[in-house]
Amino acid sequence: MAGELADSSSRKKEALFANREEFARIVPLLRERGYAVIGPTIEQGAIVYAPIDSVEQLPIGWTDRQEAGMYRLERRADDAWFGYVVGPFSWKQYLFPPHTKMSESLLTAEGWEFRAVEDDAPMYAFLGVRACDLAALAIQDRVFMNGPYVDPVYEKRRRRALTIAVNCTQAAPTCFCASMGTGPHCRYGFDIAVTELSDGFLLEVGSERGEEIVSGLATSAATELQMAEAHQRRARAVAQITRKLDTHDIRNVLLSQLEHPRWQHVAERCLSCANCTMVCPTCFCCSVEEVADLAETRVERHRSWDSCFNWNFSYMNGGIVRQDIRARYRQWLTHKLASWIDQFGVSGCVGCGRCITWCPVGIDLTEEVAVIRGEAT
Amino acid sequence: MSTAACAGVRPDSAHPWVATPATIVRIDQEVPGVATYYLELCDEKARSDYRFQPGQFNMLYLPGAGEIAISVSGDPAAAGPYAHTIRRAGNVTGSLWQLKVGDKLGIRGPFGSGWPLGECQGRDVVLVAGGIGLAPLRPVIYSLSKWENELGRRVLLCGARSPETLLYHSQYLQWIEAGWQVETTVDRASPDWNGHVGAVTLLLERLRSVDASRAVLFCCGPEVMMKFSAMVALRRGWSADRIWISMERNMQCAVGWCGHCQWGPAFICRDGPVFRYDRIAPFLDVPGL
Repeated sequence: MAGELADSSSRKKEALFANREEFARIVPLLRERGYAVIGPTIEQGAIVYAPIDSVEQLPIGWTDRQEAGMYRLERRADDAWFGYVVGPFSWKQYLFPPHTKMSESLLTAEGWEFRAVEDDAPMYAFLGVRACDLAALAIQDRVFMNGPYVDPVYEKRRRRALTIAVNCTQAAPTCFCASMGTGPHCRYGFDIAVTELSDGFLLEVGSERGEEIVSGLATSAATELQMAEAHQRRARAVAQITRKLDTHDIRNVLLSQLEHPRWQHVAERCLSCANCTMVCPTCFCCSVEEVADLAETRVERHRSWDSCFNWNFSYMNGGIVRQDIRARYRQWLTHKLASWIDQFGVSGCVGCGRCITWCPVGIDLTEEVAVIRGEAT
Repeated sequence: MSTAACAGVRPDSAHPWVATPATIVRIDQEVPGVATYYLELCDEKARSDYRFQPGQFNMLYLPGAGEIAISVSGDPAAAGPYAHTIRRAGNVTGSLWQLKVGDKLGIRGPFGSGWPLGECQGRDVVLVAGGIGLAPLRPVIYSLSKWENELGRRVLLCGARSPETLLYHSQYLQWIEAGWQVETTVDRASPDWNGHVGAVTLLLERLRSVDASRAVLFCCGPEVMMKFSAMVALRRGWSADRIWISMERNMQCAVGWCGHCQWGPAFICRDGPVFRYDRIAPFLDVPGL
């Protein structure tokens, strides 16, 4: 744990403290600089990431209770601003949106003319990015920006976005970021990282852009007492993480067990509803659709999220490759935890636990992996 | 599986999703339900930059109908137009079928891995094609017909459903004159057919003119045919790392983003379509992967 403090104090700037009133100014400050602020807020009984124009829209005094197949919001005993973990949304909603117009074709006298569609998304400031989601952003960076081709929509949004991370001070029973090496402490990939204290916020600056924003707030050097409180609160989240996933040699373990009887077992429970892929912060599968005007002289190509759980996802001339749920669940799990490593050099799982919570029948991938490993039945 | 570098040069486009226009300059009816479309890129710079490797594919786009992955079936050394042999099968190919010479469509590419021609150096080469699987192999025939370096025997084993569906049959004589041994077989013979009847793997089984222990095998056709061809080749003494196959799945982006063409650890669009057999053999045996 000493290393944890040393790591954060070794940053170029020492930790700063802002009281609640002062930190509340960060939202108007960001908006003045042209950012559209996206933060956690309550919608339809869940904490989602949506545009906010004031910290009053944060789920102040609320927490989430999560289990496999269960999510409830409850009142907290205090007025914490960030006293919950992650909900059904992830930041991919904004960087890799569920629906995007990618290109358009116009029929001219000379034939079809093909054009890119300029993405008009605002410059985002993400407020409240947890460590698991910082890791998810880094994974999607590999998918969309670090290969031989760069996705222009993702890249533009990502490069302009400002990331304000929040260290978790509690964990849900579904969380297993520690197993995946992604959290709960935010160590990289943020412009500003925040730890909520009883009377304010400890701020760490991670970039020049973050520095510029923080300099607009009245802050003081964090006292040793405040540093100790932040440390203690972060340690509480670490202590609360109980769920585990053994990642040792997981690529070979899973790819050598493609005919394990457990795939059939899970297929009998799985509804193939695709919830897990929708809530997953790294899943990137999509389909492209033609949207034409009535005269078919102007045709747009729309990209929408798709899922390997959808029955026609593997359709090709000759039929559907993954005909049953067994094949589809196996595809999802082996891709996420095994073949992702072949493709992108890292696991596709960050341990956020969303797929466990939002599975309507409570399928838990950590349990499935343990059975396939032969550690549980 | 490492990301195969895009060996060909694709038209300069900042946006990998956006097609570049091409004109159909010629259409050859090949066999029933199969035609070859010759496409000329409209943009001069795109035209001069465009190169492809045998085995690579383009995405052909027809606004309103959609996009489809089609391998380039012409001579890689020619400066264009680029041949695409298409079997009328689904929505997009059905719409392509309505087009005439002079019509325009969109093209993105080339994408994917090609046949490793360098491996043919000094060795016997056997191509095994089933049906339209000959289309992605034809660029190999063009290239190896003009091969200036040392090369062993060149053999094309070609299977089709019936004699009238043997693809490119008018070219076989030309290929034989260029030094190829061409063997054909059909599933269903017509009364005037004097050739072999049965699966193309039988031709491979009987092939005695090549030194299997040193030969290279390129195979393209239905998955089950490729699987059995590889099995026969292994039995005949081929080394698993001298067998290559070309896989097919639904592709929507061609650049490893849409996820549709995943097969085990690979994106077929990016890591394939051409795979070395020993690297993917375990996955060929898994139904529904």
